[in-house]
Amino acid sequence: MLTIRRDLVDAMVAHARRDHPDEACGVIAGPDGSDRPERFIPMLNAARSPTFYEFDSADLLRLYREMDANDEVPVVIYHSHTATEAYPSRTDAKIAQEPYAHYVLISTRDPQEHEFRSFRIVDGVITEEPVEVVESYRFAHTGPDDVPEQ
Amino acid sequence: MAVTVSIPTILRTHTGGEKSVSAAGSTLAEVIDNLDANHGGIKGRLVKDGTLHRFVNIYVNDEDVRFAGGLEAKVADGDNVTILPAVAGGAR
Repeated sequence: MLTIRRDLVDAMVAHARRDHPDEACGVIAGPDGSDRPERFIPMLNAARSPTFYEFDSADLLRLYREMDANDEVPVVIYHSHTATEAYPSRTDAKIAQEPYAHYVLISTRDPQEHEFRSFRIVDGVITEEPVEVVESYRFAHTGPDDVPEQ
Repeated sequence: MAVTVSIPTILRTHTGGEKSVSAAGSTLAEVIDNLDANHGGIKGRLVKDGTLHRFVNIYVNDEDVRFAGGLEAKVADGDNVTILPAVAGGAR
């Protein structure tokens, strides 16, 4: 189950709409061990393509160093599909290498209604999970109780 | 020639959960062989048919080794080697 704040969902959807028809991609980082997405980090799609995305290699290094320094992990890794459904492709499943991340897919194929789904991808195996959108994490049961929630 | 190697989450099964290990070598290829001697199986996750796996990024300090000779990239005493899985995919 992915529990996520509505403003973060809105930010991902807005990014996907903005970059359409190219695929948009990014991360939402959160405290290590919390499973709570907090810091929205839109990334450039170095492939600038309607059918492929890839973080630029220098951006990737900077991102992971920054998360490391903050004791954060990539809780959500998102990208958009601009002409197909919000379901991981074979390429997505083959390349996915963060077994603890929630892989969020947003489809912008319909100009009005977006699709938003979340998956775990472990060793190439895709498992869809429910998404709970909340206004704040205060009353959602995420993370340890001794970490302040936002 | 000792270097520090940062290990990504997905490869920590090979290092007993360690985020960072030390290794020796004067080229990246030697460092990877030395890593594999102590953390069996890790080389197969990084190198395929004698070249770096397309979707694994390796940096010596701040430089992506793809632009520094790949497996032949020079490594000096005290350098930091960082391994990061590519974040990539797409509909095609």
